[in-house]
Amino acid sequence: MIRLAVVSGKGGTGKTMVAAALADIGEVPQVLADCDVDAANLALLFPLRRISTEEFQGIEISRINLDLCRDCGICADRCRFGAIVRRDDAWTVDPLHCEGCGVCSYTCPVGAIQMEPHTCGEIYTSMTDRGNLAHARLFPGSGNSGLLVTEVKKRAVALSEGADLMLADGPPGIGCPLIATVSGMDAVLVVTEPGISALHDLSRLVTVCRRFGVRIFVVINRFDLADDICKEIEDYCAKENLAVAGKIPFDPAVIEAVREGRPVTRRDSPAAEALREIQESLFSELGLI
Amino acid sequence: MRIAIASGKGGTGKSTVAANLAWALSRSRDVTLVDCDVEEPNLHLFFPAPATDVPVTTPNPEIDAARCTLCGECGKFCRFGALAVVKDCVLTFPHLCHSCGGCTLVCPHGAIREVPRTIGRVSCSRPLSRLVLISGVLNEGEVQAPAVIRAAKVLAEGHPLTLYDASPGTSCPVIETIAGSDACILVTESTPFGLHDLSLAAEVAEKLGTPAGVVINRSNGQDEATVAFCREHGLPVLMTIPFSREIAAVQNRGGLISRDLPGWEERFAGLFRAIPGVSP
Repeated sequence: MIRLAVVSGKGGTGKTMVAAALADIGEVPQVLADCDVDAANLALLFPLRRISTEEFQGIEISRINLDLCRDCGICADRCRFGAIVRRDDAWTVDPLHCEGCGVCSYTCPVGAIQMEPHTCGEIYTSMTDRGNLAHARLFPGSGNSGLLVTEVKKRAVALSEGADLMLADGPPGIGCPLIATVSGMDAVLVVTEPGISALHDLSRLVTVCRRFGVRIFVVINRFDLADDICKEIEDYCAKENLAVAGKIPFDPAVIEAVREGRPVTRRDSPAAEALREIQESLFSELGLI
Repeated sequence: MRIAIASGKGGTGKSTVAANLAWALSRSRDVTLVDCDVEEPNLHLFFPAPATDVPVTTPNPEIDAARCTLCGECGKFCRFGALAVVKDCVLTFPHLCHSCGGCTLVCPHGAIREVPRTIGRVSCSRPLSRLVLISGVLNEGEVQAPAVIRAAKVLAEGHPLTLYDASPGTSCPVIETIAGSDACILVTESTPFGLHDLSLAAEVAEKLGTPAGVVINRSNGQDEATVAFCREHGLPVLMTIPFSREIAAVQNRGGLISRDLPGWEERFAGLFRAIPGVSP
């Protein structure tokens, strides 16, 4: 099975739109994974039937038993994350800031602090008309997004019987969830756009992806909004030996498709046409067709 | 006054709003702009100026082999897998370390001390006479974004008016950015993706007890669903920016619509006055 992640560095360049289009038109048996667990949107474009829902337990966090607490405050002094706070004249753990390191529990002289499991999201598996989908929801404000991405990928593997392709929609950025997404992939498709921010973010993302030894392909979205910067991106790709899989024109049909909750490739338009060409050249490069 | 600019969904225009708001305000008062999107910081592209860099380090364990008895307490304690006790030494994995200091506390032989490791930098510049830009930059391959955000915010302390530009998403880096802010601007676009992610970002602001308002970007006039959501959740719509190729072109080339297009300086000044809790 070939594993391909759609990523971007900068947010909002069109990752999910491109991932949905590839998922929509390929004829290769596939499994889908939405690794953008902070803000998962792939499920908004494919009608789905839920197979399973399970709780996602992140790392354990601490809880203070106020019946035992002697109010000494040693835990608050030792905690480096500011997670032990004064509320209603008592020490309490702020779960938004607790990293789950266990230092408070270790240093409490009266054993008043326990480490307890903490549910910070849900993991789903679903069926769509374009293959099985593993996805998740991280509760807003929770940590552990990298760990959740890893769980989503594991579910996708479990659902992948008979699939030749795992197609993952990745998160923006270059931190924890991105690294968890790219690790173990065969290839990444980087969606960028002709803007100085996107170009800057592309080069940082490429640096990170190179450490994982994945094949890197680039697609330039809305390329005709700034021809000169598009040229700069192409020059950058040539210099870095990155394959440009194609360019997508600015096309109001894209927004219309998102508003209607469907992949853009369900109807003919200039963007849909470009995406078909990209899919063909990319899948052939990956040996899928 | 500290104002965070966040969004949930990426690419909705957080940096556009932050950069233009900062420029408009800097015409009449001192402003400090902090780029807390440390994975992909971009604000310096809109305000090029010579900068001074301060490295950001986190403490990581170093083992004194002469004192270590390989008892294994540190490896047992570390919940992040950053230390592993093997046959004849203790292996450390600095990228996994959260710098909690637990290993130094549990070591019965005083064989662990913490040494700083550079994971990023904070870059400070003064691109305009009344604007200070502080950008957090996480080194490629590192994952401790919150530590770099903390360092950037610490450098901005004491300034009278500070704007924090957050990263996309709703997890640790966004919490680190919004925490301690007096108000939060949530930037969205009127698509189902934008609305879905706005609802998540609004939940984060609510959990942190930070008053929030909404900016609708790239509007094509069909904002009913977003406006209805805002009404239901008591979030004021502070400003609506229409979709226009002209605006996109200014932005894509590193320009500022508040400076380069007529009327926008006043509109961004108006946005500031509309933020919940602002008394100009």
